[in-house]
Amino acid sequence: MTPDRLSYAAAAPVVRRSPGRRLLDRLLARPSIGALVGVGLVLLIFAPQAPGLLSTGGLATVLDVAAPLGIGGVAVALLLVAGQFDLSIGVVAVSSSLLTALLVTQLGLGTWPALVVSLVAALGVGAVNGLLVVFTELPSFLVTLATFLVLQGGSLAVASAVAGSSRVTGLADAPGWDSALAVFGATAQLGEGRFRISLVWWVLATALTSWLLWRTRFGSSVFATGGAGRAARELGVPVWRTTVLLFLGTASAGWLIGTLGLVRLGGVQVDPALGAEIEFIVVAVIGGCLLTGGYGSTVGAALGALLYGIAREGINLAGWDPRWFQSFLGFLLLVALLLNGVVRRRLGRVPLS
Amino acid sequence: MSTAAGTTADGGTAAPVLELRGATARFGSVAALSSVDLALRGGEVTCLLGENGSGKSTLVGVLSGMQRLTEGELLLDGRPARFRSPRQARAAGIATVWQDLAIAPLMSVWRNFFLGAEPTRGPWPLRRLDVARAQEVTRSAMAGVGVVGLDPDQPASALQAGERQSLAIARALHFGARVLVLDEPTAPMTVAQRALVLQSVVAAREAGLAVVFVTHSPQYAHLVGDRFVLLGGGRVAGDLTAEDVDVHDLTRLVAGGDELSRLTDALRTARPDH
Repeated sequence: MTPDRLSYAAAAPVVRRSPGRRLLDRLLARPSIGALVGVGLVLLIFAPQAPGLLSTGGLATVLDVAAPLGIGGVAVALLLVAGQFDLSIGVVAVSSSLLTALLVTQLGLGTWPALVVSLVAALGVGAVNGLLVVFTELPSFLVTLATFLVLQGGSLAVASAVAGSSRVTGLADAPGWDSALAVFGATAQLGEGRFRISLVWWVLATALTSWLLWRTRFGSSVFATGGAGRAARELGVPVWRTTVLLFLGTASAGWLIGTLGLVRLGGVQVDPALGAEIEFIVVAVIGGCLLTGGYGSTVGAALGALLYGIAREGINLAGWDPRWFQSFLGFLLLVALLLNGVVRRRLGRVPLS
Repeated sequence: MSTAAGTTADGGTAAPVLELRGATARFGSVAALSSVDLALRGGEVTCLLGENGSGKSTLVGVLSGMQRLTEGELLLDGRPARFRSPRQARAAGIATVWQDLAIAPLMSVWRNFFLGAEPTRGPWPLRRLDVARAQEVTRSAMAGVGVVGLDPDQPASALQAGERQSLAIARALHFGARVLVLDEPTAPMTVAQRALVLQSVVAAREAGLAVVFVTHSPQYAHLVGDRFVLLGGGRVAGDLTAEDVDVHDLTRLVAGGDELSRLTDALRTARPDH
């Protein structure tokens, strides 16, 4: 015989603990809070030592250092949230601007067509990175390290074979140069400081990536891809498409950094170094991104870049040996990593936006 | 005898919502499922029973769009369907409570609830998450499974184990318009949590859904099941109704390998197409 069947009844209420949402808890749950505190601390350290830092001139230099780093940093931050690395941003910057320069000087292309071609080439590099990571499931650290080596060697060889040196100049006469200068090289004089348009690009990139991350379906996919890949796949989150799109994003950021430098200098100097690649990741980690993925913020990465700029300019203006800067950065990175570990443990009981 | 709920009385004749015909899924040369036939009808609870490695998880994967079939076909309302991702299965009204619950611990409760199917507003370039609506739906859906006063903004890692389970179930009940696939969580459960799982199975059946309940426990299966499909080695080793077996027979069948294989042989001779 059949035993009594279970009939449907209202589920027993689960006892809830009190929410306890205090302002401090909410603040500590923001991934960017560490970087914000860091910026404050660095200002406190250097402002008395280097009074020039807070003048318009000092500020312009700080922001000039921070802007390209911030553009790459916010793109890398998104990628880190999705649990991946990209070591090839800097080299994409150099080789795409080299491509633009060669197309203009050797083939006589206009500035804008050359920029479009180099953007497409950069996106191609991003697509190769992304597809390799997605299909081979190799660590993106290694895949993009390989891309870095290939592009660095290639750029140096091509530059010296075609242009005869690692330096290509003489773009200022090309058609469309003036409008490109307005978009990528404009400056504004404010007091004794010359503020560059790269600052605007940096703010735009931060705003756009932050909106994408927190307020769009794509952002939810990014969080899930990095934080819980299996759950993401089980719920039908397009993990592969998200990953490839993010690599396209870092490649475009690389192209933008390269173009800003190219237009500013009217030429390109090929000397990429792996140290510069690490800096984007350092900035993103200082900004609160967990290296394990699933958590982070692009505003934090932008603040990380600002912190970097203040520290470097502060060491300069305070008259310290600039070689201390790298040690200082390493120290900051260590503190950020430890803080992120604490944050990760706290996340178990703290509300999150 | 038929003391079973009235919903099963016509269960044998109603058209299946979801049907597998000759479903085979291979990983390399290993067949995780071979020629499985399964018909799921609305208002009927089908329990999938079998040991580890018997093909239960693969079958869940096939039904929910994670796993593609090597051979055979999947019919939705009698028409062949091909899900390329769980997103498509969910869009077709097939929702799954995964064995691991599929919850991202670092994301907020409402993001977890809508992950992969977020409500949006605004035209394309400015299309953005409808956060207020998502939070409201999450709050009421969680209240529906007995978790009241929940802050949908807190991270899922802050939930207790039982609440996490409730989240997974509430999500599946919200998205599962036609079929609910419930793969019993591997994590140990208290009696109250088990009751919640079984209650959601019954609630879904009352709502007219076709329910697949995957479990290790014949006792719990018999409490809610209308049909019991025994899997062994990727094949259907037995397809029984609640009238065919009582809980003791079912326990023996699931536990005893000998009897299972004897039954399998008997069924194969009786129905060669299995």
